[in-house]
Amino acid sequence: MRPEAKSLALHLGLLALLVIAQFVVSPFHHGNLSRIMVLAVFAIGYNVLFGYVGLLSLGHALFFSAGMYGMGLAMQHLGVSALAAIAVGVFSAFVLSAVVGAVALRTTGVAFMIVTLMLAQAGYLAILYFGAYTRGDEGFVIQPEFRTIAGLDLTDPTVRYFAAFFVLAACLLLTLRLVHSSFGRVLVAIRENEERARMLGYDVFRHKLIAVIISGTLSGAAGAVYGLLFGYVGATFATVQYSILPLLWVLLGGAGTVIGPFIGTLFMFYLIDFSSGLTSAYMVVAGVVLVLLTLFAPQGLAGEVKRRLLPWLP
Amino acid sequence: MASVTLLSTKGLSRSFGGIRAVENVDFELPEGQIRALIGPNGAGKSTFVGLLCGRIAASSGSVRFMDRDISHLPAHRRIALGMAYTFQITSVFARLSLYENVALAARRSIGSDRASVDREVASALERVGLTERTDQPAEDLSYGHQRLLEIAMGIAQHPKLLILDEPTQGLADSEIRQFNALVRELNAEATILLIEHNMDVVMEIADAITVLNFGEVLAEGPPEEIRQNRAVQAAYLGTG
Repeated sequence: MRPEAKSLALHLGLLALLVIAQFVVSPFHHGNLSRIMVLAVFAIGYNVLFGYVGLLSLGHALFFSAGMYGMGLAMQHLGVSALAAIAVGVFSAFVLSAVVGAVALRTTGVAFMIVTLMLAQAGYLAILYFGAYTRGDEGFVIQPEFRTIAGLDLTDPTVRYFAAFFVLAACLLLTLRLVHSSFGRVLVAIRENEERARMLGYDVFRHKLIAVIISGTLSGAAGAVYGLLFGYVGATFATVQYSILPLLWVLLGGAGTVIGPFIGTLFMFYLIDFSSGLTSAYMVVAGVVLVLLTLFAPQGLAGEVKRRLLPWLP
Repeated sequence: MASVTLLSTKGLSRSFGGIRAVENVDFELPEGQIRALIGPNGAGKSTFVGLLCGRIAASSGSVRFMDRDISHLPAHRRIALGMAYTFQITSVFARLSLYENVALAARRSIGSDRASVDREVASALERVGLTERTDQPAEDLSYGHQRLLEIAMGIAQHPKLLILDEPTQGLADSEIRQFNALVRELNAEATILLIEHNMDVVMEIADAITVLNFGEVLAEGPPEEIRQNRAVQAAYLGTG
């Protein structure tokens, strides 16, 4: 089998497992998996920029919350349907990521991290400032009767599960296609040696900008879907914590692998779940595990598998 | 055959702080030539080619390429017009395979059609003699072989002008002989501008030589003439 065929088989296999999981896991894990799948889309979006272009953003909460608030505010104040609201959310993240990219990409390295962090903080403060519309810190609930798409009740666990699954599958296959495309390979070239890529005649700025837009838009899609499926839009999702989380998920799962972000999100979610069952100081347990992973699998879980067993893993 | 000018500069200058690395250089390169650029260390050779391909911004002066003023184009646009540049300090994609290194060079001009890219990569690697190592990561190659990979990346771009910055550095004598033959072969398709320290290589393959010293053109002419030139001897040997 060609590497592309192998990797397609692997990712379709993962998706098949998730379909099976819907029928066999307990309601508790079922609910968790729905959340994990949507959050994994956020991680996948983050990974496009961090894993493939090598740009570390500390401001992706901005895109996640742009999607979430774009969706939520459109429903709350304009009374549009759920599907249209999702489109508004995704579009908001698209526009915002284009603007942020155009500004932040004038910097590199640490400056890029700081600029993205500051812009995301500005976004968070804007949500609080316009509290009259956004209800500030408190946020707002999206009433169950509005959470339907084409007659499907998104508050129903099974429907919700498959909605999350559908979004994850679409994003996973989309990124798989992206990294195998010549565009994706140029992104890797930029990550590996930016100056050489430029001197092969590639417009590095344009490629990076498009990567920021893809990354931000996917993150925004995750935010919009998360808000709709779980019925809550709040300013917590715009805080710096939600910029750090996708970074952790991707680092744990394996930056620069298509499957890594999902694995990292799954692992981290259950790590926190498990350790909070042991002690109220659960972040200590989580922290120790993270340190161990960084020491012994610095490429992340999927990265380690790629290095040792499956060099063709995209 | 009347020679057509492929590349020319007028009053090209660049200073770093107070130091004039390249000073008021008028330069003409006819199509089809193999031109060597020589000069003592620090003469401004690398800076000069950096100005040509846009890696370094000029302080003043202009560059024309294929009858077009390219002074204000960014590096990637100049490369896309038909220049290829190989780095003095080897700069390949270390963690990517040789295939992918050359494919990246090829795809920009021929697009993503897999069969054509495969063909192009195979042919470029064969010309530099690295076919057997196609699937290895570039970092596994010796320094000399990485230099050859750089040249393969240049070949795969099918440039009109191929700029080679000290290509024979780190090559063994037998490899240098192959290199000379390769450059002559490439010359059928491309004009070649070569920065080179190895005078045997220069004398053997260059049609003409430009000598830079302290950022200025000291002499220009066919190899024999340059060899006899007293000013050049003085610059190199420090005697008058």
